[in-house]
Amino acid sequence: MNTKHVIKGRVWKYGDNVNTDVIFPGKYTYTVSDPAEMPKYALEDLDPNFAENVQTNDIIVAGTNWGCGSSREQAVTCLKESGLGALVAKSFARIYYRNCLNAALPVLISPEAVDDIQDGEIIEIRLEKGEIHCKAGIFTFPPLPETVMEIFEAGGLIPYTRQRLQS
Amino acid sequence: MGQTFAEKILAKKAGVKEVHPGEIVEVKPDVALSHDNSAAIYEIFKRMGGKEVYNPGMHAIFLDHAAPAPTTKHAENHRTIRQFVRNQGIPHFYDVGRGICHQVLVEEGLALPGELVLGSDSHTPHAGVMGAFGAGIGRSEMASIWALGTLWLRVPESLKIVVKGQLKEGVTSKDLALHVIGDLGADGALYMSVEWHGDGIDALNLAERAVLPNMTAEMGAKNSYVSPNQKVFDYLEGRARRPYEPILPDPDAQYATVKEYEAATVEPMIACPHTVDNVKPLSQVAGTHIDQAFIGTCTNGRLEDLAMASKVLFDRRLAQGTRLIIIPASSQIYKEALMAGYIEIFLNAGAVVESPGCGPCMGNHMGVPAVNEVTISSANRNFRGRMGTKESEIYLANPAVVAASAVAGEIIHPKDLL
Repeated sequence: MNTKHVIKGRVWKYGDNVNTDVIFPGKYTYTVSDPAEMPKYALEDLDPNFAENVQTNDIIVAGTNWGCGSSREQAVTCLKESGLGALVAKSFARIYYRNCLNAALPVLISPEAVDDIQDGEIIEIRLEKGEIHCKAGIFTFPPLPETVMEIFEAGGLIPYTRQRLQS
Repeated sequence: MGQTFAEKILAKKAGVKEVHPGEIVEVKPDVALSHDNSAAIYEIFKRMGGKEVYNPGMHAIFLDHAAPAPTTKHAENHRTIRQFVRNQGIPHFYDVGRGICHQVLVEEGLALPGELVLGSDSHTPHAGVMGAFGAGIGRSEMASIWALGTLWLRVPESLKIVVKGQLKEGVTSKDLALHVIGDLGADGALYMSVEWHGDGIDALNLAERAVLPNMTAEMGAKNSYVSPNQKVFDYLEGRARRPYEPILPDPDAQYATVKEYEAATVEPMIACPHTVDNVKPLSQVAGTHIDQAFIGTCTNGRLEDLAMASKVLFDRRLAQGTRLIIIPASSQIYKEALMAGYIEIFLNAGAVVESPGCGPCMGNHMGVPAVNEVTISSANRNFRGRMGTKESEIYLANPAVVAASAVAGEIIHPKDLL
């Protein structure tokens, strides 16, 4: 299996209706434009420990409607740039969900897994198989189809489209 | 097993036998809609290495959001788009003054039953009034459609809303939409395909129906669909740009949720500051002072809405110190309103009638409020700062209530006007 498609990391667990204002505060939307700067402010108004301690491939596990509110893409970029490996939630706000996939950040919907995964535990996501391995067992989600996997491989929608145009 | 509208149309557009909620499919839209944001999309298109637009005939571009241009920067933006349209040979281009993209798409016979419309505008679900699947997408996504002609979509779960019976006199489909949004909340239809069913929906004319898919965006819906009936087919006679095949959900389709409403129980409703789901019966907010009233937008700027307002405004004058801005949603509507005598009634009442487009709805121009002012509007959004300044309030209502409030200088139902 392609190791790129296995994401293993520590869980940061959050609740329902986390909006993009607390993921990336509105006051920075016009003052912080360099993506490399954005992780400093990630989840600033939700969990001050996150930005300092997040490690590459860590995983956010959340309740319903993660990413609601403004459609700002920085709320995805700040997590992507922080090295976050994936998000698992009961549901996502629609535009947030699309922004993640187009930024090559895996987002998985698995209400059962969210209920059973504990904050701080190490879990493993196998994208191609559609499995989440955690202490409570193995949860499945529909494997992401070819198109979305291709966007991941390319590194996002813009490079993906560029590659397809060239071929 | 039966399939919903969303399942049927997305399977068709993806070229597969059937699809299920949660699946991701690659689809080819029939229409790709963009507006003043086309210049920004063009920049992304170039970064993608795009040179020629895929199938120019599938694109429809409208200048409506800040049109005619309020600043030099907007004018430069419009010029970039006109050059792009000319260079790419895009046939469906509607310049300043033609009207709001969602309304004009319908008038031009480009929103058709059984077709897929993707638009870089959050109110693209509007196309569902014709039995199309309309969904809003991002700018990068539109650039990718320009380049490749396709985009991925997640097959949505479906919410069926059944409306029984008839609305009472003085209650409109806007009140029904606000009633439902107040009940289900701003995330009540998150990522879902909403289907409107029932004799209460069948009874509505097309202008009234259009309000429902238009407003469903405010519940988080991906698309919103009204089953096309004879009224739709009659409207499209001689207007449709190409043959179409309506798609209807199966009677035994599986819905994630089914909600029923009795039309006769719906009261005139108001969405109060600063969220669309902060809905109250008009009776609870009557008497609230207003400074400005606005009738127009893709939600309620059609001929029937202007007719409703003209009835209220006939032989009346605006309250002292209150202004009323009226913007027909399209040039076609403007002409018809002129011939019907509505425009004269508006001018006699002291209203300002402006050229077709989005106007002040998202705070660009043509009547933005001052700090601490209160606006009552026939639009679809009342978020803080929507019309320009964060220090102002927006109430949403049906056009007759907006007109009556402009006469009274406070929120009031037309039947309570002296």
